[in-house]
Amino acid sequence: MARLSPRAATLIALAAIALLAPLLFPSSFYYRIGALIFINGLSVIGLVILVGFAGQVSLGHAGFAGIGAYTCALAPVHVGLHPALAMVLGAAISAVVAWLVGRPILRLSGHFLAVATLGFGILVYMVLNNESWLTGGPDGIAVADIGLRDLLRDYDIKVTASQLWYWLGAAALLVGAFLALNLQNSPTGRALRSLHDSEVAARTIGIDVARMKLTAFVVSAVYTSVAGSMLAMMNRFVTPDIAGFMHSVELLTMTVLGGAGAVFGGFVGASILTALPQLLTVFEEYENLLLGVIMMLVMIFLREGLVPSIARRLRRGGSK
Amino acid sequence: MSEFLQFFFSGITVGAVYALVALGFIIIYNSSGVVNFAQGEFVMLGGMSTVFIHALGAPLFAAALAAILITAAVGVALNKLAIEPARGASVVALIIITIGASIFLRGVAQIVFDKKIHRFPSFSGDAPFEIGGATILPQSLWIIGGALAVFFALYLFFTRTLTGKAVLATANNKLAARLVGINTNFVMTLSFALSAAIGALAGVLVTPVTLTSYDVGIALALKGFAAAILGGMGSPFGALVGGLLVGLIEAMTAGYISSEYKEAVAFLVILVVLFVMPHGIFGRTKLDRV
Amino acid sequence: MTLLSVEKLGIDFGGLRAVDEVDFTVPAGQIVSVIGPNGAGKTTLFNMISGIYRPARGRVMLDGRDVTGTPTHRLARMGLSRTFQNLQVFLQMTVLENVMAGRHLSEGVHVATDLLGLGASRRRNRASRAEAMRLLERVGLDRGAHREASSLSYGGLKRLEIARALATEPRLLLLDEPAAGCNAVETEEVDRLIAEIAASGIAVLLVEHDMKLVMKISGHIVVMDHGRKISEGKPEDVVQDPKVIEAYLGTDAGRRETVAAD
Ligand SMILES: Nc1ncnc2c1ncn2[C@@H]1O[C@H](COP(=O)(O)OP(=O)(O)OP(=O)(O)O)[C@@H](O)[C@H]1O
Ligand SMILES: [Mg+2]
Repeated sequence: MARLSPRAATLIALAAIALLAPLLFPSSFYYRIGALIFINGLSVIGLVILVGFAGQVSLGHAGFAGIGAYTCALAPVHVGLHPALAMVLGAAISAVVAWLVGRPILRLSGHFLAVATLGFGILVYMVLNNESWLTGGPDGIAVADIGLRDLLRDYDIKVTASQLWYWLGAAALLVGAFLALNLQNSPTGRALRSLHDSEVAARTIGIDVARMKLTAFVVSAVYTSVAGSMLAMMNRFVTPDIAGFMHSVELLTMTVLGGAGAVFGGFVGASILTALPQLLTVFEEYENLLLGVIMMLVMIFLREGLVPSIARRLRRGGSK
Repeated sequence: MSEFLQFFFSGITVGAVYALVALGFIIIYNSSGVVNFAQGEFVMLGGMSTVFIHALGAPLFAAALAAILITAAVGVALNKLAIEPARGASVVALIIITIGASIFLRGVAQIVFDKKIHRFPSFSGDAPFEIGGATILPQSLWIIGGALAVFFALYLFFTRTLTGKAVLATANNKLAARLVGINTNFVMTLSFALSAAIGALAGVLVTPVTLTSYDVGIALALKGFAAAILGGMGSPFGALVGGLLVGLIEAMTAGYISSEYKEAVAFLVILVVLFVMPHGIFGRTKLDRV
Repeated sequence: MTLLSVEKLGIDFGGLRAVDEVDFTVPAGQIVSVIGPNGAGKTTLFNMISGIYRPARGRVMLDGRDVTGTPTHRLARMGLSRTFQNLQVFLQMTVLENVMAGRHLSEGVHVATDLLGLGASRRRNRASRAEAMRLLERVGLDRGAHREASSLSYGGLKRLEIARALATEPRLLLLDEPAAGCNAVETEEVDRLIAEIAASGIAVLLVEHDMKLVMKISGHIVVMDHGRKISEGKPEDVVQDPKVIEAYLGTDAGRRETVAAD
């Protein structure tokens, strides 16, 4: 049999996980965790493009999740748009905002880029928090039902909300992974990855560094925006915390935890950091403490992230 | 006029705190190139430890001193356990490590202490002074005076002591410093201790006015950041000016524009400064070698 | 025909005049070398020509057009590419991908096509791969094309940078110490490679410490010391210039001459 390309292998692995995991679910509560993992995974794949491919950091991506989520909450009420279309509108708004904000910000690099994106994220959060007349303020706002379950019921298919979002999340994740994997080894993907390793060298081969960074920023913003919309539609409710600093930190940590260089690594990171707090609810008191320790340990001892580090160890073990 | 003066007083009071946080940032940044996102946690630890040691029966000043020492020890531990082992890691990794440290310290604080809001009494009572129709609390004078004292002491330290000069030399060029025999590891440890102690002192000074709880760190860190960036992320003087400016802009925004968006000011400052003058007011441009 | 001309170029770092008042020209299809002791300002000169540093004084002309301060990526589009003294290889890519990245200009940027993995995207990939393989053959790296770039030897990385720069289809190639760290056999190969590049019509501006190589392949030599041009001319003339002997060909030689003159 011909060897699978990494692209095909990743897609098959993700599809297999989505299809087989429900067999192991002890209760339907786990569909919800699964859905959260897929939706976070979608955000993280966007960040894999930005952080892992292009080597740029963002501590403000939750801002785009906020834009996506609130567009889904507000557009149906004020413009009469169906929530699913509102998701598309939100993605478009996020893309435009990312483009506008990214142009000046992406001249910066490293710590300064991190701080600037952080500032952007917090500003979005504050607007959502303060403009109560529109957003409902800190208490949050309800999101209209997308009506898909009713539609399915007409065809005699009965699913719980969690099950529905599990499958929608899985589908979105697969589409997101498919696009990112296509990008990775395409001309654009190579241009992005060249920034990661050496910006000067990238320039000498004709790459417009500012434009490529902006491309990565906009694409990743769209991913996170769509994920934010899906979270809002799944929960039927959204609060400004979706745009908060901690959410940005979680997303970035998920991205590097599994290994930012590859789509599958991003998915693993999202799975671990999403599932852990849900499964360790007994340790709620210790949640912060544990999260902090995990972040530090992984970055100190497994710098490339879990998946590449473990793969390397296995390869070394296997070749002996 | 008296209204303006009132905003001015509150602006330089919080500004002095931001200046101390910014100072902590740049001390560590200069010696190690790390932006320490856990800087705000030092402020929190200073305030919270004082509260709890004071509650155990220690006099306030003894409690404050103990809190500062404890926080300095935490700073050293942070460097030894998390920053030194990560030498050579990417910027993203370092960012995640220090954010991880800040979340960890917050987690520890909520367990060791609690999740309530605390304060301890002002150092010299709460009877305000009246100046030009505006009032200022005695504690505000402690804060401003404390900040100025720290900056002056630091100035003496950097210019008059050999250790201080070693820190500056390391900040300038680590390799060269090592070649002339400076123990740059020690300098880094010292920077973390110093920076943590300064953060803790800020926490001690400000708690009677703004109160404290396990989660006050983030907001302070972000304001301090804005101040450090405004000041050019380099000199202590820049941190002082940056801190006061951020405090003043914030107070004026709250007074004249909108108290809701007062918190946003620091971030607008960050964005505007980074757009318009990426090297801050006092920073220098530097060409990367290739 | 003059391809590149540099006029009174200069830049300072703090108080240091790293490069000052440097003039010379590079005719199309020729090999011009810049030599000079360590710290003479050769790399800094390259950085100004290739748009990485903005010169404080003077002009850079490409095809008679003033390109001073033009961004590096635009210069690449105009046919100027380079390699680096301190390697700037894409270490997280394979050898082949490094050179394919150099095809960026002919590939163009088509984000949507690439995200969707459409046929056009794969076609551009295939074309780039073929061209990159051809270039790798040319620099003798075709056999390890699918290995990680980081697995190459120092000399291999140097040649990889040359292949990547060639992939942009330059008319002028700036090579900063391509033979540094190479053994005799590798130097020989670099030597042959540069000659071939020039023979294919690409002008080469070369910085190199290996005098044997420089003497053999350059049509014209510019000598720098302390940021200034102290001499230029044909290889055989330059080596006879007393200023060059004193500044460059070993202070020993220079000193001995001065002593003898005493
Ligand atoms: N970015 C920079 N900032 C400050 N000084 C610099 C910078 N780049 C180069 N210099 C200084 O400018 C001078 C010229 O350096 P340059 O690297 O151009 O020399 P070079 O001729 O290439 O030397 P070598 O043969 O060692 O490569 C040196 O004194 C160097 O220290
Ligand atoms: Mg050089």
